[in-house]
Amino acid sequence: MLTPTHVMLFSLVLFGIGIVGVLTRRNAILVLMSIELMFNAANLNFVAFSWAMPEIAGQVFAVFTICVAAGEVAIGLAILIALVRNRENIHIDEVNLLKW
Amino acid sequence: MDPQFVAFVLLALVGLFAALMMVTRTNLVHAALYLVVTFLVVAAMYVVLHAEFLAAVQVLVYAGGIMVLFLFVILLVDLPREMAAPRKPRNVHVATALILSAVVVGLLGYEVVVTRAAPSAGGASLFAEGGNLETVALALFRYYLLPFEVVSLLLLVAMVGAILLARAKA
Repeated sequence: MLTPTHVMLFSLVLFGIGIVGVLTRRNAILVLMSIELMFNAANLNFVAFSWAMPEIAGQVFAVFTICVAAGEVAIGLAILIALVRNRENIHIDEVNLLKW
Repeated sequence: MDPQFVAFVLLALVGLFAALMMVTRTNLVHAALYLVVTFLVVAAMYVVLHAEFLAAVQVLVYAGGIMVLFLFVILLVDLPREMAAPRKPRNVHVATALILSAVVVGLLGYEVVVTRAAPSAGGASLFAEGGNLETVALALFRYYLLPFEVVSLLLLVAMVGAILLARAKA
């Protein structure tokens, strides 16, 4: 019998893998991909509760999250292209102009 | 065994494997392809949870749109050879990330397991009437019309901003 607890545990582990990716990888493209992984984990929770309540609003919010994620990726990759054009570097630990 | 549960467990195993491979690959294209597998697994999970419309959106927007964007940028980014070489993450970073992730997952997981959310009350029955797409559309356009319009504005701003940022200098 599938309960929301199972789905929440899976999405939690997915989120944890995303955290590890964001914190360990030095390539900016892989960091963006890990953030997408975390967005997906959050969406899965929305859908799990939408299924369990049952209440359709969870799925509507998941649609909004997908829209925000799409905008975030477009902006992130555009910044990345600007970065490559100006600095010829995509390793985020070496782009430290604003670091004190 | 409940077929829904079996399907979920199989999908979860594939998804965790693909996510772990994605995070550890040094080749960007391989990582992107493993990310597609994770997206498709999540889409299949939406079907298992009776959210068919979201499953279609997931395949179209994530596995279709966002992944094509990622692959385009991976292929477009043309770095000098010594810059393009993959770099190993530093050991201290890996240790910190693993500890932090373990703390977050552990604390939240403990709370999730202890709270024990109630099993599904209505299951598919609520969404069966008129189909999932109709139910989502009614809720979206009846109760969430203003957020819907705001999100469309957000996407427009993101599109204009992305073009402005990525545009070649005149």
